[in-house]
Amino acid sequence: MSTVAAPPVTGRVHSWDLSTGVDGPGTRFVLFLSGCPLRCLYCANPDTWHMRDGRTATVDEIMAEIEKYRPFLTASGGGVTLTGGEALLQPAFTGALLRRCKEAGLHTALDTSGFLGARASDALLADTDLVLLDIKSFDIGTYRRLTGGDLAPTLAFATRLNRLGVPLWIRYVLVPGWTDDLTAVDGLAEFVAGLDTVDRVDVLPFHKLGAPKYEALGIPFPLKDTPTPDPALTERVRARFRAHGTAAY
Amino acid sequence: MTATVTAGPRTADAWRRFGGKGWRERVDVRDFVQANYTPYEGDASFLTGPTDRTRAVWEKVSALFPEERRRGVLDVDAATPSTITSHAPGYIDRDRELIVGLQTDAPLKRAIMPNGGIRMVENSLKAYGYTPDPFVTRVFGTYRKTHNDGVFDAYTPAMRAARKVGLITGLPDAYGRGRIIGDYRRVALYGTDRLVAAKRAERARLDTLPSTADVIRDREELAEQIKALGELTEMAAGYGCDVARPAATAHEAVQWLYLGYLAAVKEQNGAAMSLGRTSTFLDVYLQRDLAEGLLDESRAQELIDDFVIKLRIVRFLRTPEYDALFSGDPTWVTESLGGIGLDGRPLVTRTTFRFLQTLYNLGPAPEPNLTVLWSPRLPGGFKEFCAQVSIDTSAVQYESDDLMRPRTGDDTAIACCVSAMAVGRQMQFFGARVNLAKALLYAVNGGRDEMTGDQVTPEMPPLTGEYLDHEELRTAYDRVLDWLAETYVDALNVIHYMHDKYAYERIEMALHDHPVHRFMACGIAGLSVATDSLSAVKHARVKVIRDATGLAVDFTTEGTFPAYGNNDDRADSLAVGLVESFMAKVRRHPTYREAEHTQSVLTITSNVVYGKHTGNTPDGRRAGQPFAPGANPMNGRDRHGVVASALSVAKLPYEAARDGISLTTTITPEGLGHAPQERAGHLVGILDGYMSAGGFHMNVNVLDRATLEDAMEHPEKYPELTIRVSGYAVNFVRLTREQQLDVISRTFHGTL
Repeated sequence: MSTVAAPPVTGRVHSWDLSTGVDGPGTRFVLFLSGCPLRCLYCANPDTWHMRDGRTATVDEIMAEIEKYRPFLTASGGGVTLTGGEALLQPAFTGALLRRCKEAGLHTALDTSGFLGARASDALLADTDLVLLDIKSFDIGTYRRLTGGDLAPTLAFATRLNRLGVPLWIRYVLVPGWTDDLTAVDGLAEFVAGLDTVDRVDVLPFHKLGAPKYEALGIPFPLKDTPTPDPALTERVRARFRAHGTAAY
Repeated sequence: MTATVTAGPRTADAWRRFGGKGWRERVDVRDFVQANYTPYEGDASFLTGPTDRTRAVWEKVSALFPEERRRGVLDVDAATPSTITSHAPGYIDRDRELIVGLQTDAPLKRAIMPNGGIRMVENSLKAYGYTPDPFVTRVFGTYRKTHNDGVFDAYTPAMRAARKVGLITGLPDAYGRGRIIGDYRRVALYGTDRLVAAKRAERARLDTLPSTADVIRDREELAEQIKALGELTEMAAGYGCDVARPAATAHEAVQWLYLGYLAAVKEQNGAAMSLGRTSTFLDVYLQRDLAEGLLDESRAQELIDDFVIKLRIVRFLRTPEYDALFSGDPTWVTESLGGIGLDGRPLVTRTTFRFLQTLYNLGPAPEPNLTVLWSPRLPGGFKEFCAQVSIDTSAVQYESDDLMRPRTGDDTAIACCVSAMAVGRQMQFFGARVNLAKALLYAVNGGRDEMTGDQVTPEMPPLTGEYLDHEELRTAYDRVLDWLAETYVDALNVIHYMHDKYAYERIEMALHDHPVHRFMACGIAGLSVATDSLSAVKHARVKVIRDATGLAVDFTTEGTFPAYGNNDDRADSLAVGLVESFMAKVRRHPTYREAEHTQSVLTITSNVVYGKHTGNTPDGRRAGQPFAPGANPMNGRDRHGVVASALSVAKLPYEAARDGISLTTTITPEGLGHAPQERAGHLVGILDGYMSAGGFHMNVNVLDRATLEDAMEHPEKYPELTIRVSGYAVNFVRLTREQQLDVISRTFHGTL
């Protein structure tokens, strides 16, 4: 009697990297998945927009790569972060990876815009120790102009994560002229303060280090003339979050 | 047999409150430390800032630095060959200094040391606008042969040829070899009378043996050691210090120890003049004085600050070419800090913290070369402080205590950057390195030089195919490396025979046991270039471009290949294989004085010079482009961040590179974490992870590109900007423009 093995779960992957202290706690194996439904004007990774640009990888392959770093990841209190692109564009692959990481005893983080939060099953979220939730603007109009998508799914996802008790780090990219309106910041800060599972907010100053990628891809970088925020502005925005009782960095 | 000397009243007082027995009966500083030190497991909150006195002394001497930088040297005594007693006492600020003693009679005034080679001295003097002294020239040109003369009398044509083309480079054949660490602590603990008695006892044993060449040489060396101890006593007396007796207070202990070191740097212009492992030793004295109420924390820190000021102004007269090779004006006054004892207790004391604190109290500086012997088992407070100091100053390097302790024990210190030895019991013959990347091109060209076309090795069949075949290349490479290893070890034997004969380190060896264990420290450069070239040939297709004479001068690569530095075994195993096979080849050749063979994967910033002397390589590197430093992956080819890069390096086996494996990492502050207060903890995690994975050494530079670029344009704004490069911290503004660009283009591991 023969059994037919289920086809291995595969996904489209852009690259992987090891980072420290910027994609969740400690040193982390960061997997960039290909494909994203949003087109954020400031995107630093335009090379991850299309699934077709990635390469196909199996869960086993990725786990074998992660395994090489286990001593490092555990010694530093780190783990694995799935990002992209948008990791929830490939929920089966993402879910399988998170499951295997948990089985392997590794801390897991999911870095997402939340736009496709509805595609994350409760089981997937049960395998997620931390969600890094990028809320790109708290103004519906700005959100749409900035990302091409709607804000509502992200807020709904945040509320759901809160209900499920999943720890959250909120990420907010500060872009002069786009996301530096302090009224909108206050609105977001108030919303975030109402979520019990938020540990911190990372205010990330907009940078243009992705510009050469646009050049290489032959597409215009929409914010090439937008200035990066000065440190005082960044500090001012962080202070708004702190004023609402949330740790902000 | 041990030297027994009556412990007179002076000794009894000096050793009051000390415990333990063995160290009283024999010269054994490790035993003293183990019996008396107090581990410190707390944090850095007890430390104090600089006193007004410390600031005044430091400001007085640092005011001389701009002029020194402008002229290359501040002043030279060109007429007096330096010995331990050649110069009258000198001071920075006699009324304020706590720890006294200078190499000459004035701060930053350099001495000449012609025993290594008179030409080096004369070239240096001329380069800085000084006239060589005719009497010195006559003495060392006519009556007194130098090390340099001796070496060239005995070099063979093969050695000269390999040296001239840069296949073997940086050989200590015209300058002091250095990398010998006297156990300067012995001067403080025992005083020179007792040390002379112990040396006489060692000598007496030799007097019973037949007078063979080896025994005669040993007897002569011991006689010189005893004389040198006498000269140390005399020199110290000039500063009002009676080092014939043991130090009785912490102040004296620091002073006696420093005078021992000072004697060494008055006598030898060694490439690296390292200090050893002194902080925990000194802590025993400082703790005793604190307990007796003789001093407070502020005074304890002042003594260490003043000591470190002295270590920062050690100077040697060297040629501008030498400084270009070594990047700046290095002395490698390496002090090894921390580590864990064989009994499991951390060797971290409050004085270990005090040494690191000097980087705040006096500002960052490359010297002394503060080196932390790291273990994940070190106390948390100490690890956190080290990481914070790294982040704030980039002036600390880390080496794996867990790799060294089982081999060289828990009284190991680092000479230069990564060379481990048991203090006072082991020494090394420094052997510079061979250029593995260039040797690979010789394999392709049958031993002809790719830049000159000259036949350098004996004739070997060149590879003639249109494409390089991996198996064929390996066979040819093996043949070249066999010849190279033989020529190399042979050349080192010549060098060290002559160095012992004409430029013997009298005082440093007086502070070692007899007999001493010797290492023959060979080395390799260009590991990442050679590895990636082999990987290209193995995993892609490499086409050879030859000139009219059939010389391979360039390569084109079709397809892709895995590169060293991505934690990818397909490439990393090639690097491991190269390290192991060259070590095995070196071991086949007998060494001078039966030294134990070792090798390092280390190049300081001379990777720029090595690159200059090497043609196009099959990995795509262009002729003249710098190599990666030490065991680093090639710039930009490590594409998965600092951790993946480090893990490739961690695979290189320490057993086959006991003289050290160097990794330089440059991390932007953001690369250690978005939140500043979390960065020290993250750096601790990286160091723990790297060392747990078997990594040996890591330089940690924490900075950003903008800072470096600004420093290139406005060096006057950054006189003390320090970056770590392959085992050593250098003043960035002292680098050549080319070296500065190389440092900047080196992978910045900032996460975007």
